Amino acid sequence: MDTYDSQGPTSRRRTSNLKDYFVSATPLQKRLKLARRQSSVFPSPSRRKIPQCSQLQEDIDPQKVAFLLHKQWTVYSLTPLYKFSYSNLKDYSRLLSAFIAAEKQKGLAVEVGEDFNIKVIFSTLLGVKGTQRDPEAFLVQIRSESQSSREHRQDKVLWTGWFCCVFGENLQETVSEDFTCLPLFLAHGAESNTSLIGGWFQKTFDCCFSPLAISAFNLSWMAAMWTACKMDHYMATTEFFWSVPCSPQSLDISYAIHPEDAKALWDSVHKTPGEVTQEEVDLFMNCLYSHFHRHFRIHLSATRLVRVSTSVASAHTDGKIKILCHKYLIGVLAYMTELAIFQIE
Amino acid sequence: VGVPVRTWLSRVSRRRPADPSELVSTEDALLQQLAESVLKIDCATELRVHLANSLPLPSNANRPRIDLIVFVINLHSKYSLQKVEESLNHVDSSFFLGKVCFLVTGAGRESHCSVHQNTVMKLAHTYRSPLLFCDLQVESFRAAMAQRLVRVLQVCAGHVPGISALNLLSLLRSPENPPSKEL
Repeated sequence: MDTYDSQGPTSRRRTSNLKDYFVSATPLQKRLKLARRQSSVFPSPSRRKIPQCSQLQEDIDPQKVAFLLHKQWTVYSLTPLYKFSYSNLKDYSRLLSAFIAAEKQKGLAVEVGEDFNIKVIFSTLLGVKGTQRDPEAFLVQIRSESQSSREHRQDKVLWTGWFCCVFGENLQETVSEDFTCLPLFLAHGAESNTSLIGGWFQKTFDCCFSPLAISAFNLSWMAAMWTACKMDHYMATTEFFWSVPCSPQSLDISYAIHPEDAKALWDSVHKTPGEVTQEEVDLFMNCLYSHFHRHFRIHLSATRLVRVSTSVASAHTDGKIKILCHKYLIGVLAYMTELAIFQIE
Repeated sequence: VGVPVRTWLSRVSRRRPADPSELVSTEDALLQQLAESVLKIDCATELRVHLANSLPLPSNANRPRIDLIVFVINLHSKYSLQKVEESLNHVDSSFFLGKVCFLVTGAGRESHCSVHQNTVMKLAHTYRSPLLFCDLQVESFRAAMAQRLVRVLQVCAGHVPGISALNLLSLLRSPENPPSKEL
């Protein structure tokens, strides 16, 4: 018992020392604290803000980001890049071009057809971020230089990939100064090019890519949030796709609604202005499920939601998105960044 | 999904009276497999497992006293959660003193989940009952979970001297708010 008593005060002193140690937390300790707090598999705030046109949007030249829209992007989450510098973009272009040329000589790169010269271009994407503290987004493109001398610029874009971070302050706080946090990576083009460039980035900046799968839970959040966005005119019908697992092969169910009907349904469910809550998302989806059940006697809630498509954007559970409306580009990217950060952590 | 399945599975072994347990869920195949795993467990008493898609059970059947109700929720299916929530209303409150537990499957494949883990944790907390996680599709996990369930069943039936269902429940309760996940 004596040993217990003597250990009592010392252990108390020790824990208070530890507490002091944590108050001036290094980035690593902040990460550990964050990791310990997260017990669930994916993020579940009970409410999120409906995407609005943020002030930064005004700075974005719609022409410059037009090429980001109407394209299907495969989404990856990316850990912070070590010692990445925006002033070295030209050097990175040269290094990556050389790397790809070398790989091509080894016979590993994709055949482009004729013997084009491959050019890699790094450029910053101004304005594609949430707050001023987010790092600048940047773009990597593989262009083939045509040999014909008739027209000066006849570059064909073979592959496009861009890195961005929208409202990612939480992640930036947990890493030291040497790291640049751009957790969202989107690629369009041949898969072999993606893995080639991904490999180069992993070697050069000591980071790690992983495909971002979007769960049915998050897809229903996206459906609700994007239906909630105010649109002047609707370009596409609102569609949902479910996959029913059954032998021998799975059944796919698609459910298309007129976008104005979807918005009307959302408005009847929606209460708090400017925010979307978990209850509203559940209610919105349950209305769709019960309507379907009434007509077809199928319980959609027992199946798996695999794809959601609205006039704002569409998303597939395998991690593919397509953004259709430039007004809400930042809003869509903000949600994707949140998912990417969650996957990294 | 759809057609309710109710079967009595039993295996008579030795002298002591039966320990019936009840598995409630919409996931028929998983329930069947879990029930079979439970019945494979060698124990001194007679085990009976009753499967149901939802409660209440029809009142006309003549069945022995139920010692344990296990609600199986598949995180991939919102429908299974809805059915369990509806069924909970039909359970007599005396069962919630240790004779009810929630078993969650499907948490491993995150991309297929339509139900958030916090939802089931809140449900288990509301009903003050233990929450167990198990991937029921994997044979070895299923066998391990079956062993746990049989042990809980034996306690609930009063066949383990010195422990009652209520004792076990208070042992399982963790000091912080969320209920314990481990048995």
